[in-house]
Amino acid sequence: MTGNGHRTIPTGAALRVKALEALLEEKGLVDPQALDAIVDTYETKVGPRNGARVVAKAWTDPAFRKRLLADATAAVAELGIAGPEGEHLVAVENTPSVHNLIVCTLCSCYPWPVLGLPPVWYKSFAYRSRAVRDPRGLLREFGLELPDDVEIRVWDASAEQRYMVIPERPAGTVGMSEEELAELVTRDSMVGVAKIAPPARGSSR
Amino acid sequence: MNGIHDMGGMDGFGPLVREKDEPAFHANWEGRMFAIANLLIGQGYFNVDEFRHAIERIPAPRYLDSTYYERWLDAAQTLLAEKGVVTREEMEQRGAAPHPPSQPAAALDKTAAKSGKDAARVRAKFRPGDRVVARNLHPFGHTRLARYARAHRGIIRHDHGVYVLPDTNAHGGPPRRQHVYSVEFKATELWDTGAPQNERVYIDLWEDYLAPDPKTPARRAGRKAQRGRKRR
Repeated sequence: MTGNGHRTIPTGAALRVKALEALLEEKGLVDPQALDAIVDTYETKVGPRNGARVVAKAWTDPAFRKRLLADATAAVAELGIAGPEGEHLVAVENTPSVHNLIVCTLCSCYPWPVLGLPPVWYKSFAYRSRAVRDPRGLLREFGLELPDDVEIRVWDASAEQRYMVIPERPAGTVGMSEEELAELVTRDSMVGVAKIAPPARGSSR
Repeated sequence: MNGIHDMGGMDGFGPLVREKDEPAFHANWEGRMFAIANLLIGQGYFNVDEFRHAIERIPAPRYLDSTYYERWLDAAQTLLAEKGVVTREEMEQRGAAPHPPSQPAAALDKTAAKSGKDAARVRAKFRPGDRVVARNLHPFGHTRLARYARAHRGIIRHDHGVYVLPDTNAHGGPPRRQHVYSVEFKATELWDTGAPQNERVYIDLWEDYLAPDPKTPARRAGRKAQRGRKRR
């Protein structure tokens, strides 16, 4: 079931890509340095820490939260966040009674500038097929059991809009700084497959 | 096309498999492939709708047995060859033999080409609150109207503005812009009446994918009777 994971040894793909790249470079169609720059961007610069900053600010700054929900593309740009697959961002907010979940059933659409490139499970056939039909069952596999009375809203990104979830701020975080709060925010919570656990306290529990 | 890629609502793909601390790319070649495809799209050798459609045209058994970036490789090679940027022979000689697609890049689909004009400046046909039905379209070419939504009734929740229709853009058609809406579908409407009452799916759909819900009384009353349409 390669669709649900990935092979450690690709059957020929590595060689084919190498040959293709060489051919394209020879013909002057791609610049190897431009390729290096793209790889470096997504390996080291763009990732869920961006989204975490957005969420932490939304929790602490009501005016920003309002702008984020009204026009997420413009709001995240205030934090210097922008780029491909983030031109039409939409932020949806979880509450005690509404839980949002993001999927792309047709391919792999994902809000790169705020969350980075999607994990393999997000692109897997299991996730793409089940998120719209049995979100509760799927979330249970992520270890998230939602009460029956919580409404679930699944967002299938089939057009240009790219979605991110603003998770609920966990209990026990009163007085924490934006930076401290951002440390708590996980990628999975911004896709909607997890909640954020209250911060661990040495003495409690 | 009614391809294997259109997976929403299918059963049979098993449990979810997750990996801890996953890297952006699992091998060097994945990063190179990601970058090559993005660069070729950015430089205009093909557009993202053509690229998606090339992935959809990977023969279904191969699609299911490929990893994500293997599909990108197949699709990029298909388009490079079809557009004459690099020939199949050149790729074969270098040891990068492309895998043939399940179908050629079809000429513009009649369904997609039906509505004639670029609607960029035309006012939206629907408004938030309007009851609609996703049309039961089955083009052989590219579409972003997922099968699981077709022929089902929903409610317009938001007008995202105007975007190029993928159905024509994937087939060399002129850019046709039209409104895209966030449409709310109840799980009980999409699946069966046993689905939970409090689950909803929101799908972004181009105007051509939608028709007024024939069961909506306001339709018979005509467009001026907007009051009836606001009923939720």
